[in-house]
Amino acid sequence: MSDNQSLLSRRNALKCMAYGGAGTLFALSGGVFTPIDLAMARTYDESKEGKALGKPLFVQISDTHIGFNKEANPDVNGTLTQTIDIVNGMSEQPALIIHTGDITHLSKPAEFDLAQQLLSRLRTTELHTVPGEHDTTDATVTEYFNRFGKASDNKGYYSFDHAGVHFLALVNVLQFKPGGLGTLGQDQLAWVAADLKGRSASMPIVVFAHMPLWTIYEPWGWGTGDADQLMSQLRRFGSVTVLNGHIHQIVQKVEGNITLHTARSTAYPQPLAGEGAGPGPLKVAAELLPKMLGVTSVDVVKHPRSLMLNDTTLA
Amino acid sequence: MILKHYRTSFALIGLAALGCATTLGPTSAWAAEEPKVLIKDFMFAPMSLTVKAGTTVTWVNMDDEPHNVISDAGLFRSGGFDTNDSFSYKFDKPGTYHVTCSIHPRMVATIVVE
Repeated sequence: MSDNQSLLSRRNALKCMAYGGAGTLFALSGGVFTPIDLAMARTYDESKEGKALGKPLFVQISDTHIGFNKEANPDVNGTLTQTIDIVNGMSEQPALIIHTGDITHLSKPAEFDLAQQLLSRLRTTELHTVPGEHDTTDATVTEYFNRFGKASDNKGYYSFDHAGVHFLALVNVLQFKPGGLGTLGQDQLAWVAADLKGRSASMPIVVFAHMPLWTIYEPWGWGTGDADQLMSQLRRFGSVTVLNGHIHQIVQKVEGNITLHTARSTAYPQPLAGEGAGPGPLKVAAELLPKMLGVTSVDVVKHPRSLMLNDTTLA
Repeated sequence: MILKHYRTSFALIGLAALGCATTLGPTSAWAAEEPKVLIKDFMFAPMSLTVKAGTTVTWVNMDDEPHNVISDAGLFRSGGFDTNDSFSYKFDKPGTYHVTCSIHPRMVATIVVE
């Protein structure tokens, strides 16, 4: 009986980890990035821990899926708006916003227009994006690039510097191999090598792309087939943070100086790897969804110089 | 007005009956002419289909998640289509055609055109 109960609560705890918070805030603390769940950001702002974390550099928003209207969340506009309200309510505004893809659900012009209209409410106006596979399903693959292609000369991938941090925006949703994972491709990998050449190893690097840049669950395509060729270029740097979306839940991995982290969606949760038929929207009772969105807490790193990232979700 | 309404209803019932025929009986004449591939639980069903040249194949999405259908050889690429929406393509030339869903590239299927 007690075993069953403990199994059940563990199962619930695991399930809760799949339920989304509003977004992820990153603060630079002692040279490493610490993700803080946005739902807690205001609380931490006022706490001593919050002050110790330093100035927020950027916020990562992911998988807004504007256009989705199924049972798992009939109001994705509303949950994105709530996310934006939380970001706008932060006492110190981040310098920039990163959207890690699946801006829209079906790559429709009206969905992109609505997403841009909603995102324009952010007080922070500098927005950097990468496409998700849902943003590139239009037959001609032009809707995303018409709107966001400028930064990259329509390649999709680009880099920029901010506050001494080098950012790499990568695309791994355009060259799918049937039956396989996402792909960066040789052209992009060669571009990364040229971009990183001669850069000081002490410069913090942030890499963002839609699909996870390590294999989380191959049967559902949760990974990037040629990510190893990217990682081998990043290993010489002292602080590398890799940010992805796609799987609508937080999964993390630390490998030497490289921290890999997937963000929650603002739209709907997805099941844990391998639970159910596939990586579709996870339906929960309508009254449960906002509660699940609201119950996330995050452990704050106690030793700023250690690369310890914790996202703990509590029921 | 009432008559028109009835006619619409009958048309819908007719369509529903045809839909049943295709899922239940692949040997029915209608199914042989206009085969359907159902997309359900992130799989094409059937995963292998043989048709005569000139046949139009229709993919119907039964999932709560959008899918698309892309020819590996670059012959065609559907847009993403949502629940209960469909995409059709007419196969004119004999050959073996591999298709995938670029949103979920684990989904693969083969169409053999005779």
